[in-house]
Amino acid sequence: MQALTNRAKQVDRKPMSFSERAYLPAILKGMAITFGHMFKKRPTVNYPEKTRPFSPVFRGLHILNRDEEGRENCTACGLCAVACPAEAITMEAAERKTGEENLYREEKYAAKYEINMLRCIFCGLCEEACPKDAIYLSETFAPANYQRKGFIYAKDDLLIPDPKTNPDEYAKAKGNRVKRENSK
Amino acid sequence: MFLLIDWIFLIEKLVLIIVVVSASLVIAMYSTWAERKVAAIMQDRRGPNRAGPFGLLQPLADGGKLFFKEEIIPNLSTGFLFVLGPCLAMLTATMTSAVIPWGNTIHLFGRDIQLQVADVNVGILYVFGVLSLGVYGIMIGGWASNNKFSLMSAMRAASQIISYELAMGISLIALLMITGTLSLKSIVNFQMDGIWNIVKQPLGFLIFLICAFAECNRTPFDLAEAENELNFGYHQEYSSMKLGFYLFAEYINMFISSVIMATLFFGGYDIPFVNDAHLMEKIGGNWMAALHVGCLFIKVVCFLFFFMWVRWTIPRFRYDQLMNLGWKTLIPLALFNMLVTGAVVLLHQNHWHF
Repeated sequence: MQALTNRAKQVDRKPMSFSERAYLPAILKGMAITFGHMFKKRPTVNYPEKTRPFSPVFRGLHILNRDEEGRENCTACGLCAVACPAEAITMEAAERKTGEENLYREEKYAAKYEINMLRCIFCGLCEEACPKDAIYLSETFAPANYQRKGFIYAKDDLLIPDPKTNPDEYAKAKGNRVKRENSK
Repeated sequence: MFLLIDWIFLIEKLVLIIVVVSASLVIAMYSTWAERKVAAIMQDRRGPNRAGPFGLLQPLADGGKLFFKEEIIPNLSTGFLFVLGPCLAMLTATMTSAVIPWGNTIHLFGRDIQLQVADVNVGILYVFGVLSLGVYGIMIGGWASNNKFSLMSAMRAASQIISYELAMGISLIALLMITGTLSLKSIVNFQMDGIWNIVKQPLGFLIFLICAFAECNRTPFDLAEAENELNFGYHQEYSSMKLGFYLFAEYINMFISSVIMATLFFGGYDIPFVNDAHLMEKIGGNWMAALHVGCLFIKVVCFLFFFMWVRWTIPRFRYDQLMNLGWKTLIPLALFNMLVTGAVVLLHQNHWHF
């Protein structure tokens, strides 16, 4: 039969030679290999002290962004929900009332914004669809939960901390990913 | 009547026994740490590093955990035997250390003290006798658990240990023909005067080494603990410190067989390439003895490392392979070795020097 690739290898069915049957040479070879590993650099990361840096294209949990004054960016336009191939995002829009200008940047905002993390495939299409820089995929993993309803993330879970009252947490949640996006 | 007893001699031996037993316990403890560390390094991991610097307190943490775990004795087990099993395993493991010479004499408080608990003139036979009793710990444990997997595993362990003891004994006979003595101390002295036995008996050492692995139930011969076939083996029903004793006994056995291999084949406490008498004059007898003990321990540590190194290299044997190796390879080889050694010794005795 003609081989499809040139990578095919004939199986060796020769009877074992004496040195092969004696096992010891093979064992010595194996022991040399394991001994060699003592001098190799370990790829293991010393986890709690050191964390592995994420790749620049890593997509973790979502975050609803605020601007520099702490106002929510999201205008509940629904483009992210439309872009979502897994249909994980639902939202309800509401109109901004007078006196709420410090809370929401534009006249319309999301009164309810939910992402079902069990459906989400972390594709990042919501982030690309958003015209207002409002939704980002951060550098955090989706945590485990005991109940299915715990995976439906509402606005309190998603909203980034306020940059004015809580600048440290804001910077942490924002991470390096958003900076890269902004500089683009 | 009791005035005739040399009380100081008794105290001296008692102290020695306590020191030797606690030393072997501490070494067994830290072998568990070293085992994990060696495994980690060979697999490019880090190993225990949480408890203390380099994870050095890990054995204490493990011990604490084993002590405080709930003790479960299965309803249908044979109560007394169930407790006796791990005790026997531990007892036989520690008993072997009695005849091992740890060093030469030291001179303290006007007395010459032998660094050996008992210089029995059948030392090596004693070691073999106690070692073969070790299988009872496993066998009784497996039987008393009232679990067929434990029993099967215990059967395996028993037949394995008995099979390999034969080859071990025969390979040793060749060594004894050269040295002409059964006392471990004399064997060491014999090697101090001449060259180490490993040079004269390389094949015998190899057989002895393989059999020692099998006797200690160490990988690649740890068929008594095959998790995937016997879902854990003879200690499956054991919990807390009783399980700890079984695991501990394995490490003590490992330590003791390392000491015995060092003593029989690698000159015991002999310091290589050093003229002992000359050095003794310079630094005095006590320091010399300390050096001797240190030298023996270095050899032992090398052997312990070797045990671990092999464990993380060679996969477990299949049971029929194990039996084939023991009966069809090692015993004939050991017999052959014995025959050749016997012929050479005989020729030497008849002044046929070559």
